[in-house]
Amino acid sequence: MLVKSELFMHATHHRQALFSQAMVYCCDIIIIIIIIIIIITHTHGQPHARLLRRRMPRHKLIASESDVSIEVDEGKDKESCVYYVEVEENCERGKIKQASRDGKRRRERNGETRRKASEKRTNEGESKKAEKKHEKGHRTARKAGEKHGKRQRRKNAGEEDAEDKSSKEKKNMKNEKNKTLKLEEEKEKDVRKKKRKHVKNEEDETNHEKTKQHLKEEKRRKKRKKPETTSESESKSESESASESESKNSPAVGVLGSLTPEELENLKEAVEERKKLITQLKGKPWPMRRKLVVLRESQEFVEKYEGALGKGKGRKLYAYKVMMMKKWMKFQRDFENFKTACIPWEMKIKEIESHFGSSVASYFIFLRWMYGINMILFGLTFGLVMVPEALMGKPYGSLPRKTVPREEEASAMNFAVLWDFGGYAKYSVLFYGYYNSQRAIGWLKFRMPLSYFLVGVGTVAYSYMVVIRTMARNANEEGGGDDTSFNFSWKTFTSWDYLIGNPETADNKFASITTSFKEAIVEEQESRKDDNIHLTRFLRVLANFLVLCCLAGSGYLIYFVVRRSQKFALEGLENYGWWERNEVNMVMSLLGMFCPMLFDVISTLENYHPRIALQWQLGRIFALFLGNLYTFIIALMDAIQLKRAEEEIVKKNMTIWQANLYNGTVPDNSTAPPLTVHPADVPRGPCWETMVGQEFVRLIISDTMTTYITLLIGDFMRAVLVRFLNNCWCWDLEYGFPSYSEFDVSGNVLGLIFNQGMIWMGAFYAPCLPALNLLRLHVSMYLQCWAVMCCNVPQERVFKASGSNNFYMAMLLVILFLSTLPAIYTIVSIPPSFDCGPFSGKPRMFDVIQETLETDFPAWFSKVFSYASNPGLVLPFLLLLVLAIYYLQSTSKTYKRVNMELKKKLQAQNEENKKKNKLAALKAASDLEQARKAGEQRRNSISDLGVNEENPESHVSSSHTSRPPASRGHTSSGHLPGHPQQPQKNSKKR
Amino acid sequence: MSHCSLLCQFFISEISAGIRLQCTVCHGTARMGNKQTIFTSQQLDAYQDCTYFTRKEILRLFHRYRDLAPQLVPLDYTNEPDVRLPYELIGSMPELKDNPFRQRIAEVFSEDGQGNMTLDDFLDMFSVMSEMAPRDLKAYYAFKIYDFNNDDFICKSDLEKTLNKLTRNELTEDEVRMVCEKVIDEADLDNDGRLSLEDFQHMILRAPDFLSTFHIRI
Repeated sequence: MLVKSELFMHATHHRQALFSQAMVYCCDIIIIIIIIIIIITHTHGQPHARLLRRRMPRHKLIASESDVSIEVDEGKDKESCVYYVEVEENCERGKIKQASRDGKRRRERNGETRRKASEKRTNEGESKKAEKKHEKGHRTARKAGEKHGKRQRRKNAGEEDAEDKSSKEKKNMKNEKNKTLKLEEEKEKDVRKKKRKHVKNEEDETNHEKTKQHLKEEKRRKKRKKPETTSESESKSESESASESESKNSPAVGVLGSLTPEELENLKEAVEERKKLITQLKGKPWPMRRKLVVLRESQEFVEKYEGALGKGKGRKLYAYKVMMMKKWMKFQRDFENFKTACIPWEMKIKEIESHFGSSVASYFIFLRWMYGINMILFGLTFGLVMVPEALMGKPYGSLPRKTVPREEEASAMNFAVLWDFGGYAKYSVLFYGYYNSQRAIGWLKFRMPLSYFLVGVGTVAYSYMVVIRTMARNANEEGGGDDTSFNFSWKTFTSWDYLIGNPETADNKFASITTSFKEAIVEEQESRKDDNIHLTRFLRVLANFLVLCCLAGSGYLIYFVVRRSQKFALEGLENYGWWERNEVNMVMSLLGMFCPMLFDVISTLENYHPRIALQWQLGRIFALFLGNLYTFIIALMDAIQLKRAEEEIVKKNMTIWQANLYNGTVPDNSTAPPLTVHPADVPRGPCWETMVGQEFVRLIISDTMTTYITLLIGDFMRAVLVRFLNNCWCWDLEYGFPSYSEFDVSGNVLGLIFNQGMIWMGAFYAPCLPALNLLRLHVSMYLQCWAVMCCNVPQERVFKASGSNNFYMAMLLVILFLSTLPAIYTIVSIPPSFDCGPFSGKPRMFDVIQETLETDFPAWFSKVFSYASNPGLVLPFLLLLVLAIYYLQSTSKTYKRVNMELKKKLQAQNEENKKKNKLAALKAASDLEQARKAGEQRRNSISDLGVNEENPESHVSSSHTSRPPASRGHTSSGHLPGHPQQPQKNSKKR
Repeated sequence: MSHCSLLCQFFISEISAGIRLQCTVCHGTARMGNKQTIFTSQQLDAYQDCTYFTRKEILRLFHRYRDLAPQLVPLDYTNEPDVRLPYELIGSMPELKDNPFRQRIAEVFSEDGQGNMTLDDFLDMFSVMSEMAPRDLKAYYAFKIYDFNNDDFICKSDLEKTLNKLTRNELTEDEVRMVCEKVIDEADLDNDGRLSLEDFQHMILRAPDFLSTFHIRI
């Protein structure tokens, strides 16, 4: 199917439908031919005639039933252009031969002039270029020629019976029945035949010769084509064979109605081959001009013969299929165009790429990829959770969980509170607590709690899927890269980054390539010895120790700060200033900012190779971030426990408060409607879920802010200072100490990854997180692009991006896993708050699934589900999964081993081949030597003989002065009349 | 009856084709308010079949090409004018300017072998260098680029030239010689002292970052 889909794109479907009908009513063809003739003659001379001709469905209409093959002989000079037309009608078999005879005769008549033209061509057609041009001209002229030919034909016919013809035209326009037309056509032909017979009799003999000459000409042309192709790659031979098959098939197609099934099969195959060729054309290493020519040819071929395939009803179906294929292809191409048009920031990234090489650009591509993922996450949460709740859920103020409590009302609109995501922001769709536990909302009966749960699960599942799929694709793209046998070759041929378009980066790249070569040479010459291995070992241990201390210290600091903040929170945040409220986030951000610098300083102790140093650095930063995140989570867990204890108290108080309420006002009457208390006054629990969501949102906000501020201060201000203070400073700031900053790819990627991890963790409790993240990524795309272009300098050590790509992906996967762990833990093991969120009132959050199964599905379904979920079935299933994983893993291991073995074998074989070749070369050399000696001896003897007959002086001059002795072995052997055999054999051996 | 309908259909389709023809020829970009025809839709489709570009990219590339010499390149390519831009102009593009192999690239992709490029050559070049092009195609052209003397083999002199261009002549002669020997030792499978296309492909298709570095984004 795929192959079929590579059809000509521009044909329209009107014509296609028409075409299918034309296949059925084969008699109508004649009418159409005549109409075409009329139209062509009418349109000739109009400005758009060329275009129109291109769009004409001639091939389909004519070629489907009656084959009109036109050949155009165009000499170099236009004066000698001669066209002739060959018409083959296949409605009745008898006509075919007649028509071909007609064509032959016509050809013969035109033979004289054509021969002149072809002779000219042979004189000039020696060079390739001329040949190519001719080919092209041939093709373009073919269309013109067709038209001309038809006109000529019409003229011929019209000379005798112009009246007849005009009446025929009129009848055509009136849609006369075709039988009469057929009769007329036959008449016409008879007349023509007679006329031609006269001509034939006159110049019979000479013409025969000429046709023969013409055939020879054709053959010669074909032969000339061939050497041209052999110099190219093998792929060309494919097209050659295709074109040959075309030439084979073309006469057969003319008599399509009577084709045998095998021939039809062949034709079908040829068409399929052509289609395949069209799809693969992009990948052919040909110049564009040739590609275009081949494309046009094969499109014409396909268009011409495709419609002729199939039989009877199948024919109609086939035509329909072809049409649908065409449309589908067109749609696919348009969709592809649309898709690439939708990829944002292409030009920005390109610019960065050309300035900083592929590694910096890889960060931005990663950022864009991340943006795409977050777009999907945002779509899910926004479309399925936030919007339905906002539109169909109960409005603000209708429930206690949807109103700001009385004591907070005064400050609920203050900017400081809102910035902290308290007040009105807290009691909105942005957070978990706002959602009602009503099972179905609105007129759509939207299952809100279920949707909330499924979206939470779906975002994580989608992220897993995307990350793993991308990793797999990256792994596929990386060929076996660990092979070190081509070290120098790779360095030579792949080290230049063709993306670089900036002189400064190019300078750096040149320098780094030079150093890498020098390093490799030194390594090759001698395995490097460390002068003081103990010192470096000690330093490395020390460095790692220091790093560990840093990590532990930062972890403790965060834990301490979080505990302190809980204390503050218990006492009430109003008594404290800004620092106390934002302490946790600030400390985390500052640690994330300064610790990497510290690590960088420490890593100078270690004296690693830069690439290894980079990996260590990345690993350390990763550990730091991870530690920070997990201390944060542990502290949060503590906070959750505290909140839950608080909740218990509130629950108790609640019952007392309710009892008081009822007791005080309506002492006895239980049937009376409950008292209306304003929802703001109802006491409520602390709602730990909203608290968690708020924490994450604050963390994201502060993280974003610190990123932007460090960007502005660390990069922009530094660049400004360096630039403008440089004029009045005692040393060179630009090349001296502060200099401009480099873009820190690894740090930025890590920041992005951890940011994403926090989104994954917090998105369940704060549905607004993906939206916030989207905003952040969008802004940072522009901000960072700007910052990179205006205040960073290209890296001195230019690293390649490709190797680390999957490394980043792997980190992302790890983070994803680590961030889903706590989220799953909280969902599964902690009961939801009793008075807020979509799951309030249920013992566990996932009970919503159970509930849906019980109420929304038929009874048998829940029964089946309960059977399926009992441990007796689940455990074997899990076991099966584990077994499958084990099996797959072991097979992949064996594959790997086999791969390695094959590689080894290949290498061994290569070496063996090398040895063999060397031996063969040696042998050949010795043979050659022998042959040369032998040849020399013989020549000497011959020349001696010759000398004996002539004078001795000429011998000396011929053997020594005329030819250099070294080349004699090759050249002289052929010249010698008597003894050519032996030296030739030797040279063949070689 | 059937003939009637057939003929009617035919005329209708012809007429509609004519109308569509008037509408669809405008595939250029609208500049200065009036529509400009650069390519016919057939040309664009053909280019899309022959390159790895979408329609928009082809038009963008055309404009890049034209911007190199606006006075030489016409805005109307429907009749395929025979325009060649000299190598000096092609080599001054920011994408190629700093590439040590720019001259080779231009020579390999130009039809005359001198680096003077028609629009077709230009499109061809960037199609091969685009991200979408497959490894094999890229390897084929990389071989051609590194084969300085066009003898279908990468011999020592080619390698020396490559190295000198890569390092801006900063390696000593001994070092260059040694690297050349190493390269040939590593990659030469049939042991004829030079790299054939097969040797080169065998070596380059295993390189981890050949694909990521051998492409030009435009």
